[in-house]
Order: sequence, then C-alpha cells, then structure tokens
Amino acid sequence: MRSYLWYFLRRLGQFVLVVFVGINIVFFVTHATPIDPVEQAINSATQFGQSDPRAVEIMRKALRELYGLDGTLWQQYLTFWKRLATGDFGPSISAFPTPVSTMIGRALPWTVGLLSTSTLIAWCTGNFMGGLAGYYRKSRLLKAAGIVATGLQPIPSYIMSLVVLILFGYLWPILPISGGFEMNVPPGLTFAFMSSVVTHSLLPVLSLALITIGGWFVGMRSLVSNIVAEDYVVYAELAGVDRHRILTSYVMRNALAPQLTGLALSLGGIFNGAIITEVVFGYPGLGTLLVRGVNSGDYSLVLGIASISIIAVAAAVFAIDLVYPLLDPRVKVR
Amino acid sequence: MLKVLRDLFRHSREFAVGSILVLIVLGIVVASFFSPYPPLDSYVVPPDIPPSWDHLLGTNSRGQDVFWQVAVAMRNSLLFGISVALISRVISLVIGLVSGYVGGMVDRILMSINDTFVVIPLFPILTLFYFMMHDHMSWALLALAMASLGWPYDARLIRSVALSLRNREFTTQSIFSGMSTRQILLEEHLPYVLPIVFSTTLNNINWSIGLEVTLSVIGLTNIETPTIGTMIYWANQHTAMVAGIWWWVLAPVAIVIMTFIGLFLLSVSINEFIDPRTRLARIGV
Repeated sequence: MRSYLWYFLRRLGQFVLVVFVGINIVFFVTHATPIDPVEQAINSATQFGQSDPRAVEIMRKALRELYGLDGTLWQQYLTFWKRLATGDFGPSISAFPTPVSTMIGRALPWTVGLLSTSTLIAWCTGNFMGGLAGYYRKSRLLKAAGIVATGLQPIPSYIMSLVVLILFGYLWPILPISGGFEMNVPPGLTFAFMSSVVTHSLLPVLSLALITIGGWFVGMRSLVSNIVAEDYVVYAELAGVDRHRILTSYVMRNALAPQLTGLALSLGGIFNGAIITEVVFGYPGLGTLLVRGVNSGDYSLVLGIASISIIAVAAAVFAIDLVYPLLDPRVKVR
Repeated sequence: MLKVLRDLFRHSREFAVGSILVLIVLGIVVASFFSPYPPLDSYVVPPDIPPSWDHLLGTNSRGQDVFWQVAVAMRNSLLFGISVALISRVISLVIGLVSGYVGGMVDRILMSINDTFVVIPLFPILTLFYFMMHDHMSWALLALAMASLGWPYDARLIRSVALSLRNREFTTQSIFSGMSTRQILLEEHLPYVLPIVFSTTLNNINWSIGLEVTLSVIGLTNIETPTIGTMIYWANQHTAMVAGIWWWVLAPVAIVIMTFIGLFLLSVSINEFIDPRTRLARIGV
C-alpha cells in the first residue's frame, strides 16, 4: 500500500507540473507578443466615429483592470494565477456581460461528451481488433483490417472530418452535419431532444473514432504478436489452456497496460483533434467557442479556453494514471 | 545504401507503396518551379472550369489553375513541415541523448519535463499565439513555435535507444580513453540513433503539415501564403462545395492525404527495418 501512495504522489506531482508549465506558456505567449489586447479592443470600439479622448482613457483603464494587465509584470503574473485559482476570467467582451467561466461551463460538457465517447469507442474496438489480429496472424480479414487501419492512422482530424462531411453531408445526406441538436427541439430530458443530440453527434464521433482507431489497432497488434512468443504463453498452450482464455487473460490483459499509458500520453493530441472536429461540424463545444472568440477579438474568452483546456487534459491524464494500477498490479508491489 | 533500398523495396510492401506515393508528391512539387502562372496572381485563366485537358484539375473561382496552385501549395507545406521537423530534431536529440546517457536525477527531471510537453494540448496554445500575433504572424514564427512544442515524443524514443547504448562496451572504452561527454554523445552515440531519428523526422513532417493545414483552414495563420491549408481556406470562403466546384477542395485534400500516407508508410517500414527482430521476421535480410 505504501508504494501505491508513492505512485499516487508521483502522478500528482506530474499533474501539478503539467498545469504549472502549461499555464506559464500561456502567460509567456500573452505577454511576450507584440499585440496589446487592450489597444486591440479600444481600436475596434473606436473604429466608427469620434470618441472623447477622456472616455477612451477611462475605457483603457477599465480594460487593463478587466484583463488583469495593470501593474508590474510580477503583479500581473500573480493576478493571473489568482484568477485561475478562483476560476474567474472576467466577462466576455463579445457576449457582454456573460462571464467567460459560464460560457466555458456551457461548452465543456459537449466537448467532454464527444471526446470520451469517441475515445472509448476507438480505444476498445481498436485494441480488441488489434489483439485478434496479433493473435490470429493468418486471418485474411484481419490483415485487410490492418491495411485500412494503417492507412487511416496518419490522416489529421481536420481532413478526416472534411471527408466525412463531404461523404455524409453532400454525397449521401442522411445525417445532420452541423450543430449539437435540432434548433426546434427544446433542450430537456425528453426523448426528442436526446435522439437529436445523438444523431448530431454521430458524424463528429465517427470521424474522430476513425482516425484514432488505427493507432490502437496497430499498437495492440505488435504488442500482442510480441507477447505471443513469450515463454509463459507457449507453456499455457502446451498445458492445454483454452485458446480463448489465453487470448483474453494471458495475452490481451498484459498488452492493455502499455496501451493505457499510450492513451494517457496521446490524450493531448486527441483533445486537439476533438476541438478541431467541433469547428468543422459547428458542434457547440470548446473548439467552436475558441474560434468564435478569436474571430470576435475576445481576449478573456480565448485566454480562458486555453487555460481550461490545459487543466482539463492534465486532470484527465491524472485520472487515467489512477486507473492504471487496476490493470497492472505490479505498480502496487514495486 | 543502394542495396538497403533495393532490399526494402523488394521485401516490404509498405516501403514500396510509401515511396511511390512520396515520389509522385515530390514530382508535383518539383513541377511547381515550372508553373506558367505566378502563384499569387488571380484571374489569369477563366474561372470555374471543370477538369479538362487544358486545365488538368480545373480552375477555381479566383481564376487560378488548380493544378499549379496545388503544386505551389504543396511545395510550401512540405517546406514548412521539413523546417519544423529539422528544428525540433535538434531539441529532441539533445534531450534524448543527454537524458539517456547521463541518467539518474538528470534523466528523471528531463523526462518529467518531456512528459509534461507530451500532455499539454497544443491547438488552444497555438490559437492563443495567433490571437496575440495577428498580422505579425509569419511562416517562420509559426514553424518556430511548433518546433519548440513538438519534440517530446521523439525525445523519449531517442532516449530509449541512448539508454541501451550507455551500457555497451564501446561507451566504457571511450570514457576510459578520456573522451568528454559531448564527444561521446556526438561521435559515438549519434550515429547509432540516426536511423531512428530519420524515421521520426518523417512522422514529424506529417504532424506539422497536418497542424498547419488545420490552423490555416480555420484562418489562424498568414492566409496570403499559398499552402494546402490556405488553399482549402479560400475554397471554403468561396463556398466551393456548395457551388459545385468540388475539384477546388478535392485536389488539395487528395494530395495531402497522399503525402500523409506515403510518409507514414516510409517511416513504419524504416522502423521495421531498423529493429532486427521485425527485420528478420518480415524482410529476412
């Protein structure tokens, strides 16, 4: 049990480090770059017609305070962390006076839903099929699946979403291609709303799952084909253990542990893919909100989403790390 | 070298398909130097003509020939990918070799920094970067930003190779003969990791082209430079798919998918060739 505590503390340290480094990068990017978001906002506000210079000065001061950009660099840095800790990113400029945290809170469930559903589907099917393909090396069907998986793997999510969009939006229009649910269905716990949410999520989930499935498939196949050659598997076969049991509890279970580590390591990349896919399908999650923030020059919103994304991904990785000992009991012993 | 290539070509179907795809893409890229139209000029040909013998891939709504646009765009995208890959190779080589050779506390610290960079989601950060740069955003700056964030995966891989080199006899011998750490890393260990560096370079080119396409399509880069991403961006701006000008979107998507699959297959087959176990099992030389 003590070693499990050690493991827990180490992973917690890694989580803190990710958040610390990530947030520092965000601070660096916002402060070492030439554009001053305050001047940017003033420019767009005073673009039309004359403005009283005194009013502009008051506005400048208010915006500096609002963005946490007053005082010395060190003070700004402290303000930045304080706001992050309290989850207060100020009001959004483009949807004034809605607080940025409310907007992010509204978008986050969509992203989490999309990401977790597609990752779960892709990870499970990819690993299962890959495990079969590694164990039954001669099967024609699984070989063909391997070729398809290899071909799908390197395609970035934007291109994949675009292809899926063209296939099911224009060539064979059977599914809705934009939005999170039908506009004329009132949100609530009704069947109509739920089915609308599911049908709208099908294409984004499909395009995300298609890309990631290949990686899990290929990884699992090579892991399993290495494990199959191990002595203990050969002994189990000689001892007449049921083949089905060998595959599931002797081979696949051992291969799942590195695949789970792989999931933790690639979660950042999968998250990128998810928010890009959202943009393509106009899905009401963080990605769409982020691009809208950029296009409307909403500094607090973009900053808030970047910070929250880092914390959310780090937390998800931490959660996976905590599940890991269930699959690999050696962590507890060491 | 030639013999290696011949063996690979003969015994690995992945390598054969990959190199053919990459050669086609390179051919189109080289052809871009002989383009009859300046790439940035518009209305040099009649707009919206479907593919024909005169215009192989048709023309777009801005009066440009799609084939020559794709060629120039692919050239810029590939150049972008190669620059990002080369810069990030330097970082991953330094971190990987030092971490694997020195070991101990240094290794632990470097690898936790490494894992940190693996986890951090890049897309929101790059978006924020664009937001803070706007018109100051240039091709070179984006390449630099992506390179300084895109090294960790490969640093880990290089470290794992360097780790195994540390306990080999020739390393001990070099230490006894008085070579400095820098000398050992550069002269003794670097040649051993180069093959794996080569295959990670191909993957990194893929990764950076993919990310560049994504950022450009959403309009988060300098949209005046013709790349595969900005080409799709302009096609979207002119609602090419709705207007039925499918060749304007299909051409860049097709060539970029060819590049991705080609480079990926090359890197996979080279990896298999480097690893003696898989080489014996699959290729037999």
